[in-house]
Amino acid sequence: MNQLHVPGKPASGLVGRELLGVMRLELKRTFLSRRGWWIYCLAAAPVGLTLLHWLVESRRPAPNHSLGADSIAFAAMFLLYYLRAGIFFGCMGIFANLFRGEMLQKTLHYYFLTPIRREVLVAGKYLAGLAVALALWVPSVAAAFLLIGRHSAAAWSDYIWHGPGLSQLGSYMLVAALACIGYGAVFLMCGILFKNPMIAAAVVWVWEGINPFLPSVLKKISVLFYLKNLCPVEVPVPPPFNVMVTSTDPTPFWIAVPGLLALALVLLVYSAISARNAEISYGDS
Amino acid sequence: MSEADITFTGVSRFYGEVLGINKVTLSIPPGITSLVGPNGSGKTTLMNLMCGLIRPTQGEISVLGTPPDRPQELCRILGYCAQFDAFPPGITGYQFIHSFLRLHGMTDAECDRRTLAALELTGLSAAADRPVAAYSKGMRQRIKLAQAIAHEPRVVVLDEPLNGLDPLARAEAIALFRQWGVEGRHVIVSSHILHEVDKISDQVILLSHGYVVAEGQIQGVRSEVKEQPMQIQVRCDRPHLLAARLFQEDHVVEAKLAGNGLLLRTADADRFYLLLNRIILECGLDVESVAPADDDVNSVYQYLIGAEGGTA
Repeated sequence: MNQLHVPGKPASGLVGRELLGVMRLELKRTFLSRRGWWIYCLAAAPVGLTLLHWLVESRRPAPNHSLGADSIAFAAMFLLYYLRAGIFFGCMGIFANLFRGEMLQKTLHYYFLTPIRREVLVAGKYLAGLAVALALWVPSVAAAFLLIGRHSAAAWSDYIWHGPGLSQLGSYMLVAALACIGYGAVFLMCGILFKNPMIAAAVVWVWEGINPFLPSVLKKISVLFYLKNLCPVEVPVPPPFNVMVTSTDPTPFWIAVPGLLALALVLLVYSAISARNAEISYGDS
Repeated sequence: MSEADITFTGVSRFYGEVLGINKVTLSIPPGITSLVGPNGSGKTTLMNLMCGLIRPTQGEISVLGTPPDRPQELCRILGYCAQFDAFPPGITGYQFIHSFLRLHGMTDAECDRRTLAALELTGLSAAADRPVAAYSKGMRQRIKLAQAIAHEPRVVVLDEPLNGLDPLARAEAIALFRQWGVEGRHVIVSSHILHEVDKISDQVILLSHGYVVAEGQIQGVRSEVKEQPMQIQVRCDRPHLLAARLFQEDHVVEAKLAGNGLLLRTADADRFYLLLNRIILECGLDVESVAPADDDVNSVYQYLIGAEGGTA
């Protein structure tokens, strides 16, 4: 019989081995799987677009826009594409399927029949999903940022190495990572709680979309609100929407980052509790 | 609560308003126990409850003293081969067993040893590196079995384990179950193939509409079914004489001559055996064999569950 069994008390390092075991299995299943092709396309699209921009602009004899315009264009792309669409839907595809996908494939019982606590299972699956999301989105953000002003050659290098470029790049990468952490926790929970997480995702998406127009109290119940405050370049709101936007004091960095991590932790704890009470009922899926 | 048995105490499980099982109180000792009943009778519900995949609406379950809501303890002593014919995509037979063994916290070398042993036991060593998706139905059934037993559990729960197996694999699987039963493990098997259940079971649990209709050793269960006259086959040199004498008794309901034997139905088996002894002494009857003809699972199933069974 199994020599590692110590009733009531996990052996030292056992939880770590279990966590690694779950992550290994999940990474094998989700990373670079054929089913996730659309997520890789979402991550590659802005890189392709900025690459095209570089190729087109570098053939012009003289640039037709400034570096500042490129910086604002990237800020708009980051807010409107990365945060509101790419990372949002990408995380939905990765994290909502961690449990729901296994229910649909009728394979979740294999996990439930292993001697690991459901809390460890939730943590292992989340960390595996997070590793995939970070591996896709953080490099995508970095590559798109580095390519968008590449046509300005020396001026762009100067902007990166001697100007605010590097710190902006760091901020965007941090915000992308935080977005993966936050949305990952939201969609993992949706995948455990709802038979159709798409409906829940649509509700979250609409909520995040109308965030700028909400009163300041409601604004704060949002992942996007904290992420937007951490972005290094503010995107001007065009008329007539600018009159509808309500202004709220930006949340300082030292509150926004721990706040978002705490929110993710709360959602993960709730997911773990839900997973603990979860049952296998493939017939109802 | 016995730590040597699997116990159900007043367990009910409802799916919304639909009954899964109701007020089940059972104690399953070591050996091979078969769950028998028509589709929807509650066999899989009982197994899923035992394995912690679902929770009871009411009542308590204990698997060798461990409640099923503690997978970290239960799944070290229990292996479940479920009915679902689904596997993680793109995985080979070896990887399937090995990667889930890793979740038991074993070292790579230990997982490797146990994986190879389980593959060997189920005759899948040659197909270990092929994707499970390319396996035949019988091989998929065997790889599930291998995965369920790879960690050497004390309780093995098998939902329709003989489905899809060819006769040879079926015989091998049955021999394996028997070996586990002899070793003192709890082997719980559900099956529709009643003659095979009959061959392998130490005890049976008959289920119908979510209720336990009967449980125990099959001969004991049969003797409890008083309303159905017992069938007894007697082989002797003068069956006509025996038939004539038996028809004088009111407890003998029917007697049929068949070759050098007599198949009779009696409402009181004990009185019949006493009578038979008397006839042998009085008439010098040469009796070759006397054996009950309907104390098998199939007959008991027909008597207790009858036409509603349908799937037997």
